Amino acid sequence: MKFTLSWLKRHLDTNASLDDICAKLTAIGLEVENVEDKAKLYAPFKVAYVESAEKHPDADKLKLCKVKTEKGIIQVVCGAPNARTGMKGIFAPEGSVIPNTGDVLKKGMIRGVESQGMLVSEREMNLSDEHKGIIEVDEKFAIGTPLAEVLGLNDAVIEINLTPNRIDAAGVRGIARDLAAAGLGKLKALDEKSVKAPGKSPIAVTIDDNDGCPLFLGRYIEGVKNGPSPQWMQNLLKSVGLRPISALVDITNFMSMDACRPLHVFDADKIKGNIRVRQTKKGETLEGLNDKTYTLPDGAVGICDDSGVVALGGIVGGVPSSCTIDTVNVFVEAAYFNPQRISRTGRDLQIDSDARYRFERGIDPEFTVTGMEIATQLILELCGGRASTIVTAGAMPKWQRTIDYDPAWFQSYIGVDVPADKQKNILESLGFEISGGKTWKIQPPSWRGDVEGKQDIAEEVIRIYGFEHIPLLSVHSESSVADPAETLTLSRTRKARNALTARGMDECVTWSFMGREQALAFNDNKPLEALTLKNPISSDLDVMRPSILPNLIAAAGYNHDRGQSDVALCEIGPAFKSVKPDGQAIVAAGIRAGNNSARHWAGPVRGADAYDAKADAFAALEACGGPAASAQITRDAPSYYHPGRSGALRLGPNVLAYFGEIHPAILDEMGIKTAVSGFEVFLQNIPEPKKKGTEKSLLKIEPLQAVSRDFAFLVESKVNADDIVKAAKSADKNLITDAYIFDIYTGKGIEPGKKSVAFAVTIQPREKSLTDAELEEISKKIIGAVIAKTGGTLRS
Amino acid sequence: MTDIASLKTELAAQIGAANDLKTLDDLRVSALGKKGRITGLMSTLGQMDPEERKVKGQALNELKNEIAGLIAKQESALKRQEMDGRLANEVIDITLSPRPERKGRIHPISQTIDELVTIFGSMGFTVAEGPDIEDDWHNFTALNFPPGHPAREMQDTFFLPDDSSEKGERAKKVLRTHTSPVQIRHMTANKPPIKIVCFGRTYRSDYDMTHTPMFHQMECLYIGKDVTMGHLKGCLTDFVQAFFGIPDLPVRFRPSFFPFTEPSAEVDIGYVKKGDGIQLGKAKDGEEQRWLEILGSGMVHPNVLKNCGIDPEEFQGFAFGMGLERATMLKYGIPDLRTFFESDVRWLEHYGFDPLSRPNTAAKG
Repeated sequence: MKFTLSWLKRHLDTNASLDDICAKLTAIGLEVENVEDKAKLYAPFKVAYVESAEKHPDADKLKLCKVKTEKGIIQVVCGAPNARTGMKGIFAPEGSVIPNTGDVLKKGMIRGVESQGMLVSEREMNLSDEHKGIIEVDEKFAIGTPLAEVLGLNDAVIEINLTPNRIDAAGVRGIARDLAAAGLGKLKALDEKSVKAPGKSPIAVTIDDNDGCPLFLGRYIEGVKNGPSPQWMQNLLKSVGLRPISALVDITNFMSMDACRPLHVFDADKIKGNIRVRQTKKGETLEGLNDKTYTLPDGAVGICDDSGVVALGGIVGGVPSSCTIDTVNVFVEAAYFNPQRISRTGRDLQIDSDARYRFERGIDPEFTVTGMEIATQLILELCGGRASTIVTAGAMPKWQRTIDYDPAWFQSYIGVDVPADKQKNILESLGFEISGGKTWKIQPPSWRGDVEGKQDIAEEVIRIYGFEHIPLLSVHSESSVADPAETLTLSRTRKARNALTARGMDECVTWSFMGREQALAFNDNKPLEALTLKNPISSDLDVMRPSILPNLIAAAGYNHDRGQSDVALCEIGPAFKSVKPDGQAIVAAGIRAGNNSARHWAGPVRGADAYDAKADAFAALEACGGPAASAQITRDAPSYYHPGRSGALRLGPNVLAYFGEIHPAILDEMGIKTAVSGFEVFLQNIPEPKKKGTEKSLLKIEPLQAVSRDFAFLVESKVNADDIVKAAKSADKNLITDAYIFDIYTGKGIEPGKKSVAFAVTIQPREKSLTDAELEEISKKIIGAVIAKTGGTLRS
Repeated sequence: MTDIASLKTELAAQIGAANDLKTLDDLRVSALGKKGRITGLMSTLGQMDPEERKVKGQALNELKNEIAGLIAKQESALKRQEMDGRLANEVIDITLSPRPERKGRIHPISQTIDELVTIFGSMGFTVAEGPDIEDDWHNFTALNFPPGHPAREMQDTFFLPDDSSEKGERAKKVLRTHTSPVQIRHMTANKPPIKIVCFGRTYRSDYDMTHTPMFHQMECLYIGKDVTMGHLKGCLTDFVQAFFGIPDLPVRFRPSFFPFTEPSAEVDIGYVKKGDGIQLGKAKDGEEQRWLEILGSGMVHPNVLKNCGIDPEEFQGFAFGMGLERATMLKYGIPDLRTFFESDVRWLEHYGFDPLSRPNTAAKG
């Protein structure tokens, strides 16, 4: 919403400065977005008279001017060819800031002659690109007249950001009313005497669509003379960005901006028969005043005559019935339309008009009559003519409501005490009517349809009283022991993130959506219709991701294309299974692509592989308190992993994680040139911690030193390492505390289809040291257990 | 006695002159060995009378110990000399880079969330969570967006196919356009007092210099019997000053409008222009105090409380929400919103955070 300072002052009697007015507007909820104050910008530049202009003693093209300013005669050196004795121009004094350059003007010596300011060009004033000569001013302007006044630009334009509830402030009068209530002046009385209207309207009005248009006032005015509107009206309209068209059109625009009262003026001679307000029928058309022709839907509010729809009520008028410069008789419409109906039609037809903006937010219904009278007066004043009496169809919609309000309650809600009489003053100055005793009965004014309850009343009081008066009250907890702020999932998210980034992975945040074709491959080719957006931003972001991995793999490709081919990326975020609230899993996922490090002097580099992914998955699981070591490892990772180089970590049917190389076919399809390994840890599948409290279990350090024994077996290639370790450990559950593989060998000396597996077993003596014979006995049991489990043979 | 003294002088001189371990060992054998000169002298003690033996025995013992000590000292000096000679040749190129260890970085959005959890945790808030895929009721209706409200049908809401197992507004699935539905889920499931904060992904169909189709929001809700707008102001002021680490950061509350709060306020923080950039904080003399809008807030609308089964005559409170990307950009001087989601490792490593140095309100900077 734009308006000018002088427009505001048509309604507000005030001495407040522009700065004060703007600060107050923002403080009361009418946020000032922009102020264009040419008067301030041009304040230093004033009309001056050139008493004499003579050649500079040392330069042919320069002139030495004696310039008469409001502060006396000043010597100026000027290079403009049009500088001459007897002219009036614009003088810029020392110390002024030249708008075009932003430079501060300083006293100068030009070829040995002092120059104490300058006569300026249009370019220097940012008025045009004209720089051939200095500005020439009509001699009628007195010396000292500000430039803004010469240019007719001395009216500051203020733009406020109007919140949707404050449609009353979509008229300058509403803004003035708010400022007056906030103590910045006095609201001027409205000149609303009714017009002497002896004639009878030849056009009658009926309403069929009472829901869409509860009230319609019409007035016939005959014998008008349309033409340009007066300069003051044109200036106001132009300054807020509206193009003056003709007096009749400008009056309706003016009323809309001035009083938030949109009107329509028909050329009465182009109306066939009478006006009927009815719902439009599908397929009817209207050639709109915005130069577009609309095919109408069913159920818009149509203003119709015998020929069909002549205007879309509250949205846009039609060309055939519109006023032109030759219009002689007019029919003025002032109506009240149902906001929801206007909103729906406006949206359906995508018409953004000043009228729609106001009607769909609910304008003041009571002002319909007043608005008609003021508009009639303006037409009669500016265009002449004779008005008929108003024809009325429908009735004033009921807008009155009463709100119970206890002024003492205010403090308990807002936190600051505003005395009851102060509250009353504020509300009454905003047009609220108050009656009753301790608990007030408050009736909001007709222009404040947004005020519904006591909380709205409290808002009115505090926004005028000032938000700055609300005290700062602490919400810090009084308990010295706060509840833990994090949920289990958030804690796990944080811990997994810290573990993975500490292992060298860069954390990414990628879109929750991805391309559907790719998504299918990461959903075991199961359909994704339920998770496909109806209005995606683009076709490659059209489905909710079933896995985070594809986004990370794509990110590896993005980085590869930018010369970064060895990357380790992770993300902890949602993956989607269904649209249900529990259909969203929080997953810690990561990938490693290319080599594990850059080439290095200290040793060879190796490609990241499935074991890296497994280590990452273990790290994330362990960080989250997951049972990484005791989980089963199975070979049933989803199909987007390499079938032989991937696995799942599970607790029975509950999958904790998948890890492995990404299937090469998928990498091919995604255009990824390096091998990629990845993992996914399902944070919500990790069992909840059983133990509460801070105490750790007691550590028992064995007094006797542990013994280590190495073994090497020849086994079939397909034997799982884990089976060997588990078998070895099972040989003596009391004394064997650990077993781990330290070498796997195939190749020379080992027959094809077999492998050599070497492992170490840690044996912990408990009460007494073990004798050689006892150790030998344990070794035998280990060998027996491994042979029984794997069918291998001990290597000598 | 002079024998002993002269022997000592002689041996000490020989030990001091020994410049390799072999010579020193020969000396040790010749003095202290089985047939050594000192050992020889000691063997003569048996033939002496007790008085003499006592005196001479003591002197010989002293001599033996002194010579053994001198030999040990010289041996250690020689070994050290030998080591010094060896080390003089053991030189590495200390300018070579160390063996590579990958260093990962934490995304700035996660850093901001960690910081905010710390700040709000210290104020007694706990975290609440909700799904990204919401329904029309939780995202709009319950939050007092009236039917036909422009925001509901806005071009910028992402829609999903209806959930056929639900009816009406709950069947109509959308990507949440704000984190406010988490308030609704929490208030429907819990009784006041409620003091929660939530963080999460939010979605709007908008993609340009300053908008991305996915972004993050934070939302705070405090409902009790006597929570007032004063508490809202106090909480917000404490939070923004703590978050930006500026104790006197000016905070301005302006009346505004949101369907789910009444009264509503927008919150600005103060800054001054510095060259081409901005600096958050209070203007000094001669500087112009400018304002930057960072969040929306207000007292929870009674209709919202009612929709969640909470009696607005008994309970009241405040809520506020903030965009996390913008706050992060302001705090850490990150210029372009879109880069947050590009996963460019050069960006992540530059703007990301050290996993071993996590936020802590007790620490500064």
